[in-house]
Amino acid sequence: MLAARRRGDWLTSQFFFVMVASMFPLGIGPDPNTLRMIGPGVVWVSALLASLLSLPRLLAEDFRDGSLEQMLLTPQPAVLLALGKSLAHWLIYGVPLLLISPILGIQFSLPAEAIAILMLSLLIGTPILSLLGSVGAALTLGLRGSGVLLTLLILPLYVPVLIFGAGAVDAIMAGTSAESHLSLLGAILVSTLLVAPWIAAAALKVSIE
Amino acid sequence: MSESVATLSVHDLRCTRGDRELFSDMNFTLHGGEALLIQGGNGQGKTSLLRLLTGLAQPAYGEVRWRGEKLARTSETYHREMAYIGHLNGIKDDLTPIENLRLAAQLAGRTLDEAQAEEKLCQLGLGRCLDLPCRVLSFGQRRRVALSNLLCSNAPLWILDEPLTGLDVHGVALLENLLKSHVDQGGMAVLTTHQPLSLEGANIHALRVGGPAQ
Amino acid sequence: MAINLYYYASPATFYQLSGKLIPWFGWSAAILTLIGLYISFFVAPTDFQQGEAYRIIFIHVPAAWMSMFIYLVMAFWGAIGLAFKTRLSFMMSRALAPTGALFTFVALWTGALWGKPMWGAWWVWDARLTSELILLFLYIGIMALWAAIDDPQRGDRAGALLTLVGAINVPIIYFSVKWWNTLHQGASIKPSGTSMHEAMLAGMLIMAFAAWFYTIAVALYRVRTLIIERERNSEWVKALTGK
Repeated sequence: MLAARRRGDWLTSQFFFVMVASMFPLGIGPDPNTLRMIGPGVVWVSALLASLLSLPRLLAEDFRDGSLEQMLLTPQPAVLLALGKSLAHWLIYGVPLLLISPILGIQFSLPAEAIAILMLSLLIGTPILSLLGSVGAALTLGLRGSGVLLTLLILPLYVPVLIFGAGAVDAIMAGTSAESHLSLLGAILVSTLLVAPWIAAAALKVSIE
Repeated sequence: MSESVATLSVHDLRCTRGDRELFSDMNFTLHGGEALLIQGGNGQGKTSLLRLLTGLAQPAYGEVRWRGEKLARTSETYHREMAYIGHLNGIKDDLTPIENLRLAAQLAGRTLDEAQAEEKLCQLGLGRCLDLPCRVLSFGQRRRVALSNLLCSNAPLWILDEPLTGLDVHGVALLENLLKSHVDQGGMAVLTTHQPLSLEGANIHALRVGGPAQ
Repeated sequence: MAINLYYYASPATFYQLSGKLIPWFGWSAAILTLIGLYISFFVAPTDFQQGEAYRIIFIHVPAAWMSMFIYLVMAFWGAIGLAFKTRLSFMMSRALAPTGALFTFVALWTGALWGKPMWGAWWVWDARLTSELILLFLYIGIMALWAAIDDPQRGDRAGALLTLVGAINVPIIYFSVKWWNTLHQGASIKPSGTSMHEAMLAGMLIMAFAAWFYTIAVALYRVRTLIIERERNSEWVKALTGK
């Protein structure tokens, strides 16, 4: 919805994503088998953390300079605003992350088809993170220590996404089909898309008051 | 059509902040061609009142009506016909003044071409900084950008919270003229200010919020 | 009927009413706990599979029930509050949260104590234990949000929204954790599905009722405190405290 003019802003969360994921081999050891086993989980957990890192900025700036007020005072419904904000977050956080993820897949010596599924699961999963995250960002708007608080509120809600996302990759590596995981993930995406913007809009109104 | 007459009315309004009651039983009606100057000391609820009038905040009791309808029911119309400037200017630091005006127009579902935006900005004496990002503008200049946004909105009702803050003598005179011509043309304005404002000749009412000044 | 409900929804009347109810619920909770504990330790027979250690379920199961149920009740009050703007419902929601978190914690704790002799480990990534842990996180998140927001009205509504989001999510979380658990072949040994001895069932039910009454008594007590705190500027509170 709004141009992301500050390049530095969104690059940080991508670097963060890569760095967190790269720490695990250093802590665990370079054995390819172990890495292959933990790889999907690590990439997914890093993706969750990266989304949390970029979320507070989603609304904070607009809140600080007063544009959020002005946006709420436009004739457009607040739900559209919330949806637009989630979309913007996904575009600057989710899409680049998606493009970087194969590199991490190689780091963790994942086979090619697993990397493909990893990207697919991230493609379906990261919009859910953006949508749920917008609820959290709206609730914690303008509060002291909102970053930590946001993590506390939203991380438990991310659990299903993590399970099905990482599970899809595990399934394909175990030689079974990832289809059921991905379709469940898709179902979560659809239902989140239907519910989250409304709640985020309500939360925005509460927070701006 | 009596309901189409542009009026802003307040009925039995009560406002609380935390557990403190700021004011209660407030009633007034504002018609086209009238301005309302809200007075009161710091922390007496001037800003809270304005936020209630914009619909950003919900009253603890009572209601605000626009054209005789409760705000919650008519919010789309109301937001099209009302322009608000709060303590914050609501402009993006990374954009130039022109881009800011056009973005605001776009968000509000209006169209505004570059020439129109330029004209309004020049009207507020910003002719020399059209292409600079707002980050480098002074506080007063940014305030002027926000005010030109007001002009672009063509809204009959202006709600202004301390519009004079940061403006120099010329800026104040400019705003006085703008307000006068807005009200003379049948517009409405609700504003708060601590500075003296000369609006001679305009149909202006005063309202004191909270108890007598301490 | 509707008038009556509104009558009790006013904080002033509710304050009086709850003051009368608290001792009743408090004492029933205490008595039921004593009876329940007596049954669980002396009447209920020793389980032939699990020995004496199983007796912790008399605390564990009611606590786990309450932890989930209280969350739903909180969500219910939050929804009512958002829909009808009743102050009292938000206060109910707030008053329930600490008790809910306490029961969740107790359920986890006793689960661990039970797990040690049964599974040979304090913690097993069993589906129910994991869901319970996430529920505890949800409780903590909500209470942290309340603590961070100074304005009570904003806090009320933000907390209610979060509770609702959580309530929608709880079944999904439970389902996903269960799914995850079966795929990963967790080391859980489920308690055998034999029919429960009557005394066991009675003990558990009595303990559940005790937990119920305890929750009601404590929640009412907290609501009273909240009411007094919020309404300290109103006429009836001033009249109550005298002077």
